[in-house]
Parts: sequence; structure tokens; C-alpha cells
Amino acid sequence: MSKDRGKPGWKSLPIGASIPEPGTSLKYKTGDWRAFRPVVDEKKCVNCLTCWIFCPDTAIRRKEKTIEINYDFCKGCGICSAECPTKAITMAEETRR
Amino acid sequence: MKTKMGFTGDEALAYAAKQSTVDVVSAYPITPQTIMVELFSEYVANGEVQTNFVCVESEHSALSACVGASLTGARVLTATSSQGLALMHEIMYIAAGLRCPIIMGVANRALSAPINIHGDQSDMMGSRDCGWVQIYCENAQEAYDWTLQAFRIAEEPDVLLPVTVNLDGFIISHAMEGVEVLTDEEAGKYLPPSKVDCRLDPRKPGTVGALVLPDYYFEFKRQQEEAMKQVPQALRKAADEFSRMTGRKYGIIDDFETRDAEVIIVALGSTAGTVRSVVKELRKKGKKVGLLKLWLYRPFPMREVADTISKAKVVVVFDRALSPGAPYGAVCQDVISTTYTHKTKPVIMNVIYGLGGRDITPTEIASIYEEALAAAKTGAVKEQVKFVGVRE
Repeated sequence: MSKDRGKPGWKSLPIGASIPEPGTSLKYKTGDWRAFRPVVDEKKCVNCLTCWIFCPDTAIRRKEKTIEINYDFCKGCGICSAECPTKAITMAEETRR
Repeated sequence: MKTKMGFTGDEALAYAAKQSTVDVVSAYPITPQTIMVELFSEYVANGEVQTNFVCVESEHSALSACVGASLTGARVLTATSSQGLALMHEIMYIAAGLRCPIIMGVANRALSAPINIHGDQSDMMGSRDCGWVQIYCENAQEAYDWTLQAFRIAEEPDVLLPVTVNLDGFIISHAMEGVEVLTDEEAGKYLPPSKVDCRLDPRKPGTVGALVLPDYYFEFKRQQEEAMKQVPQALRKAADEFSRMTGRKYGIIDDFETRDAEVIIVALGSTAGTVRSVVKELRKKGKKVGLLKLWLYRPFPMREVADTISKAKVVVVFDRALSPGAPYGAVCQDVISTTYTHKTKPVIMNVIYGLGGRDITPTEIASIYEEALAAAKTGAVKEQVKFVGVRE
């Protein structure tokens, strides 16, 4: 309960759990669900974008010569690491932040 | 000049739906509900209504289609029975949780196994915690009248809950009676087109049915309970206006000869009619007996029930459904809970009857009254839960 203090109560929330504005998933950071974090070795990355295609959370950002992980939304599923043809992405255990 | 039509309960409900300018109907046939939607589909085919009739392959899909339609602000109706209601169970929670004011006609029927198509109330009693308002009809006239009123209750802005209009399978659903109806114009005046907000509007994008985790879920359930609390007031408002228009008086409960009654029977649905005729006979013989019929079962009318039964010596609660392993039938448990905080408590007897469509006769009801009158003298009942009409 304590961590939810300050959030709106039942009297002020929209009825039926409707969310009356679009795009609110951007405000809901799911990165803290992650148990393993993908780490990119830029030397091995050939910028093939296989990871970018496979990422179910669209948490891979394209850069000019490599890619970057959006840790706000990456849930750590490891698909990018499993699919990477050059083994440029390894999964490292998350330590308590 | 009042118009009277010959209708079965199912037909009466369909006719009321026709006059309610329903936007969307989605349902799947099941005995004894079938005729409700069968007749309505004729109205659609004949061009008598502008309703969008959505054919589906199951009750689960029927109610799902209704939920989607209702979120657009449309006026929506479905209907089912028994196994069909059971298949809808999952979506019933969703309709209530998303606050969709859907109306559902339920021709109450026993559940399998053993398979049986006849009337008892175990289908709806099994769905009583789904968050739907429950209204029980005594006859075809009430099925017609309550359907119109149900839309008014459901669409009340501080309610926005789905409502079931319950009729006992075959006894009401298939028995033809004279039903007094409104003209289309009068019905339209009583029930203007829906003003429920559209929550699925591409011009106003948003989300419905989002995942809600422990930090918010509880708040939405609390909102639902608050909506339930607003139902009695909405019902009274709908009933008062209906009574001004038709002269037929409705409310939360319907009591008969309860004021000085030593023994009161509490019943839902068609059985209340049989009980009433027995009360009339016994009153002629000077017996102080009465009837409390509940029109509204969910939300349960705590105060109305407590006020009505508090002066009686013995209260006999009729349950046309079995709650296996529970101390009493479902209705009886609710009635008992209303008396708990009262200083003077009537003795309570629970009668389980009529399962799988077995008739209960006036003679049986009269002997229940006699047994209860005897218990009123001694202050104790022989059997707390009595199975009436079952072979040993």
C-alpha cells in the first residue's frame, strides 16, 4: 500500500478502467520487470538489425553503425541475444539497482 | 384504450426489446430462451427494427460481441439460459467490470448433469457474484415491463451496469398470457435513445480493457460496488415513471399481506404467484400469513427485506437452486444476513424446491405455511433446511 500512496483513488479514476487518452504505454516503464539485461558488444555488431526485427517490445533503437537497447521498456526476454548471428548480444544478470 | 397482446414470457421480452430501439443484439439459441431472440430476429428480417443482429457460434462470443458494441455507447441486448449462461460466465465479469449497460434476458433453467431443460434458478444463482444487477419476473407482463425498465436502470449515469431480466424457464418463458403493452410512441417516450458515452471512438483514441495491476485493480472493484449501491435509487426512479405511464406499480420488493403476518414466505419469480394465491386462501381462514417477493435480488435489498420480515415470527425462504455444501440456499443466506443485526429475529426456515422444473403445488405451499404457523407457536422449526417435493 505504502508505495501506492499518492496515486488517485476510486472516486477520481475514470470508470471501468478506461484510459481516455492514447499512447499512455509510453508512461508505463516496464524495464523493471527485467531479470537479465542484454548487453551489446559494438565490436561484434554488424548492424544487420535482426534484433530490431525480432524484439517483441520494440526496445531496440537503430544507430548508424550499431544498435542501442531501450532499457526503459526492454523486459529482458533474450530473443535479441538468441537471434543475433554474430553473438554480439549477451544476457547479464540484473543486479539490484 | 389499452392494448393487450397474447405473449409468452419470451415473446413479451422480445416485444419490449423491439420497442426499446436496441442498436445491437447478439445471442445464441438455447432452450428455453430461444424464442426471445428468434422472434427478435424476425423483427430484424422484416425491417421492423434497425437493430444490427450479430450471429455468432457460441454464448461466449455473443456476450463478447455485446461488450464491444456496448463500449460504443450502443443499446445492447442478449439472452440465454443455463449452459449458455455458464459459457458466458467469464465475459459476464468483463461486461460488469468495463461497466457495460447490457440487458440480458435469462430464461432460468437447471444446469447439467443430469441434463435437463426445465426451469430452476441455479443458472443465475451460480452467476450471482459476476457484478450484474438481477431482476426476477413473476409472469409475462413483468417480463415485458421489466425489460423496458431495465434499460433505464442500466443506463443511469451513476449505475452503468449490466442487468439480467430473469424469467423461470417454461413456466414464464413458454406460457402464453395477456400482456398489456405500450404504444411504440409511449415506449419511445419512456426510453429515449441511449445517451451512454462512446468509449471506442477513433476520433478520441483511448484504451479499454487494459491490464490493471495491484496498484489500481482494487479501486475499480470499489467503483463497481458503488455503482451497485446506486441501483435501488435508479430502479425507484425508473419504476415511478413507468407507473405514471402505465398504472403498473413496480419497486424493489413486492409484499403481500405482510404487515401483521406471523409467517412470511420469501420467494423469487413465478412461484410468488402461486404463493400469493395460497395466502389469499389462508387469509380467508383467518391465518396470518404473507408473501415477500423480491423483484430485485442483486443488489440485495437489505433494508427492505429486514423491515418487512422483522415483525414476523417465522420466515420461510424459498430457494429454487441448490448451493451444494452451503449452510442454506443462496436467497436464504442473504435473508438471514439481514436479520443478524436486528434485536428481534424471526425463526428462519429454508425450503429447497422445484429443481429441474419440478412443480410446487398450492397444497404443498399451504402445508409449509401450516408447519411454519406451528413453529411460530413453539419458536422452533423441525427442519432448518427442508427439501420439498423430492422423493425419499
